[in-house]
Amino acid sequence: MDGDELTEQETALYDRQIRVWGADAQRRLSKAHILVYGIKGTVAEFCKNIVLAGVGSLTLVDDREVTEEALSANFLIPSDENVYAGKTLAELCCDSLKDFNPMVRVSVEKGDLSSFDVEFFSKFDVVVVCCCSLTTKKLINEKCRKLPKRLAFYTVDCKDSCGEIFVDLQLHRYSKKKLEETVECELKYSSFEEAISVPWRTLPRKASKVYFAMRDLLAFHEELTEIILMLVSVLERFEEVEGRRPGEVSIEDLPGVLKLKKELCEAQSLNESHIPNGLLERLVTNAREFPPVCAIIGGILGQEVIKAISGKGDPLKNFFCFDATDGKGIIEDISSCNTGS
Amino acid sequence: MASENHFSAIKGAKVLMVGAGGIGCELLKTLALSGFQDIHIIDMDTIEVSNLNRQFLFRQSHVGQSKAKVARDAVLKFRPHISITPYHANVKGPDFDVDFFKQFNVVLNGLDNLDARRHVNRLCLAAEVPLVESGTTGFLGQVTVHIKGKTECYECQPKPAPKTYPVCTITSTPSKFVHCIVWAKDLLFAKLFGDKNQENDLNVRSGDAASSSDHVEDVFERKNDEDIEQYGRRIYDHVFGYNIGIALSNEETWKNRNRPKPIYYRDIFDNEPTQQNGNVDRNCATNDPSSVSAMASVGMKNPQDVWSLKENSRIFLEALKLFFMKREKEIGNLTFDKDDQLAVEFVTAAANIRASSFGIALHNLFEAKGIAGNIVHAVATTNAIIAGLIVIEAIKVLKNDTKSYRFSPYCLKSLCRMTYCLEHPSKKMLLMPVEPFEPNKSCYVCSETPLSLEINTNRAKLRDIIEKVVKSKLGMSSPSIMHGTEILYETGDDLDEDLLASYAAKADKVLSELNCPVVGGTMLTVNDLYQELRCNINIKHREEFDEEKEPDGIVLSGWTQAPSSVENNGTKSVDNAGSTSEGSTMEAEKNDEIEIVPGKKRKLSEVSEDVIPSNAEETKGKEKLEVLNGDDDDDLVMLDDGDSGADKKIRYQ
Repeated sequence: MDGDELTEQETALYDRQIRVWGADAQRRLSKAHILVYGIKGTVAEFCKNIVLAGVGSLTLVDDREVTEEALSANFLIPSDENVYAGKTLAELCCDSLKDFNPMVRVSVEKGDLSSFDVEFFSKFDVVVVCCCSLTTKKLINEKCRKLPKRLAFYTVDCKDSCGEIFVDLQLHRYSKKKLEETVECELKYSSFEEAISVPWRTLPRKASKVYFAMRDLLAFHEELTEIILMLVSVLERFEEVEGRRPGEVSIEDLPGVLKLKKELCEAQSLNESHIPNGLLERLVTNAREFPPVCAIIGGILGQEVIKAISGKGDPLKNFFCFDATDGKGIIEDISSCNTGS
Repeated sequence: MASENHFSAIKGAKVLMVGAGGIGCELLKTLALSGFQDIHIIDMDTIEVSNLNRQFLFRQSHVGQSKAKVARDAVLKFRPHISITPYHANVKGPDFDVDFFKQFNVVLNGLDNLDARRHVNRLCLAAEVPLVESGTTGFLGQVTVHIKGKTECYECQPKPAPKTYPVCTITSTPSKFVHCIVWAKDLLFAKLFGDKNQENDLNVRSGDAASSSDHVEDVFERKNDEDIEQYGRRIYDHVFGYNIGIALSNEETWKNRNRPKPIYYRDIFDNEPTQQNGNVDRNCATNDPSSVSAMASVGMKNPQDVWSLKENSRIFLEALKLFFMKREKEIGNLTFDKDDQLAVEFVTAAANIRASSFGIALHNLFEAKGIAGNIVHAVATTNAIIAGLIVIEAIKVLKNDTKSYRFSPYCLKSLCRMTYCLEHPSKKMLLMPVEPFEPNKSCYVCSETPLSLEINTNRAKLRDIIEKVVKSKLGMSSPSIMHGTEILYETGDDLDEDLLASYAAKADKVLSELNCPVVGGTMLTVNDLYQELRCNINIKHREEFDEEKEPDGIVLSGWTQAPSSVENNGTKSVDNAGSTSEGSTMEAEKNDEIEIVPGKKRKLSEVSEDVIPSNAEETKGKEKLEVLNGDDDDDLVMLDDGDSGADKKIRYQ
């Protein structure tokens, strides 16, 4: 690295984490610029983590006003209505986050991210999107992939007791420790569109096992985590088809959701019972985040972004799914599907 | 999740958190968000700058204030109507007795030392309150649930013992940098700046006849008007030159070892004028002893640089000088504190010079400080993840309270032991649940199994049992020892002088010579006043003990023995602990945070039958733990580094 050493202040503040990832990684973090679109409890957790880690800057985009749901899982929003009235989620979170680490520049950007041009994105190193439709996610991901600079792209979603992270680092070079040595590695990622287009039938062997095991309802519930990605897809597609805002699906929609699930399964030649109605029902009736899951997903996402920026350690690829019901946090690598196992 | 079922269990719960640090801050925040309304939190520490990278409820302006109190205030900002009761106190204190613990539905630990964890474990067992334990180090974290009678208690499985080093390795034959650090910190620093009355092994040489110890004692004393520079050079030459020379004269020691090189001032500095050795003016401006720094004085800025032998020598002499010139009043009372910059500089430099002598690689200040201060590396994300897992388990515990044992597909399943491991996810699992284990029937803490103690009852004194067995190995801080109805020893604030004196006298007696003699076949009953732990010890007389393997002349069995971590030949041991600013705990804390020690597997039978498919296999070997769900690929999962590397290779091809 060129001669900019960490300041004395940084060394004192970051001492404990420098002992984990090294001074070089810390320097890289201090130069990284993060963009976040859509703030929920999970994203609030992520922002807290990334600000504490000492990134260069964090830009928040969310023009929505405070709702009861927002207050339920987002600890960055003060409880006093006099304080939060009239401000957007981004503005309120920005104020709180600044306090966590005065060395990080936290700011707000207004507008609809999917309408921003590619130029805008070139200012950043990492983009995290939440609370938006499939279409928006695809659009933003495409913009990230258009730039000569490799932007890291993440989506994150938490509903009820489930959480999911998607990662696209395009072409990522990094190092990691193997036994006593440092090894250089390279990973190639699928785009968001490619990832969600993977035929369900070719998803990892687990899915097929579920199919065979599904006669035993109990065993089936244990496989929940592996199929969360399908579930989120069904809901997202429902939202898209019905023109709903993300997360706006409710219990009245359940019949419609189930109908769509049937159609999708048929289209994918997948037995319907692969996706338990019970779980869909749970996610539809209670789309709210569960704070412990926010902490877990926000923590994992935070660590992933730190890994990507520092170029140290195996990053997640491509999805990470967690369901508090069984406690498993599983990494789904969709590229193994393409080898047609 | 926030369904009615959970909500009522959470709303009415009274929760105790022990620890308001890294895990504590994340935990308090998540509990509050999850709907908990009555939280009590105990923490004896105050806020330091190095906490701020992860203990996000604290700000720079809070440094020095109580963690428990500040954490409470911060959380009330976004949840003003819940009740949080902070205690700025030590959980081991008398206020937190069994009755105190009994008022809670669940206890959540966010501690950083083994001693306090054992204490809380015992109180939870006595009060019959479920305990959720946790720990994190770097990218590794774990959560375990302990319910009396149903699962293991925290002490059912052995915990790694603190790392200790044989005295001769420290004083004569170091082979690793940490040995040099221990020497610099516990011997040299202590000798020069610490309590003069303390025993110090600095001039002990193994296998050497006692030299005239009066003579050598004088070497370290600064004569009345002795020029500080001269004193510094004298000490330097003595410890790095003369002492090494003496050690070399004992041929036996070096038969199979590399000989160290004595280092003298003149070799390094070539008789340069000493004024070159630092600009005291740089330190004159400040009267604040804590900002005095040899590095600043000598113009070396970067704690990540490895200094040359000459630079280390400069720092050594400069630090010594600064102690005498700027902090003279403290000399004789100092203990090493990792947050004392000058002390860290001194110890780093001294350790490096010694390392140089013995051909051991030198380290920079940053690394040396970590070793000397037993610093645990930590990040916010791991703590946040673990806090989330703690709350999930806590909710399960609370729901079990309502006796809804019937399995419902949409409610949280049975309790798990959760492990988070970022760098070596087991196959694809970053977060891994494992069934909790049944209580260990031979755990003396929760199963009241008697212990057996082999000791020479004709030579050992009662004090040996009190200190080495009851207080140290059994971790009882306020013990009483009874032989039948006779009280041999007890502690307590309300004991009168005479009684204390008589106990002291008894303690100094040889076991077989006590009024009520303690001999082979005797059974002693040991109790702890606050932990409400009771334990029986059967005494067996034994004449001889192996000097190397059993240097204390004591063998305790039936006590879950921690895996031995004493290096090489174990004569009297020295450990790299003691003088941290975090209190009197004796561990290299890195070790006690996580012990993923696979114990004997005992499944929780009532849980498995109707919930988990019966293909859950038996463990294939000691090293493996079983995954909750018996899927064939993931049945047996390694928690050590073994397989995961290989698996990864296959994945990424």
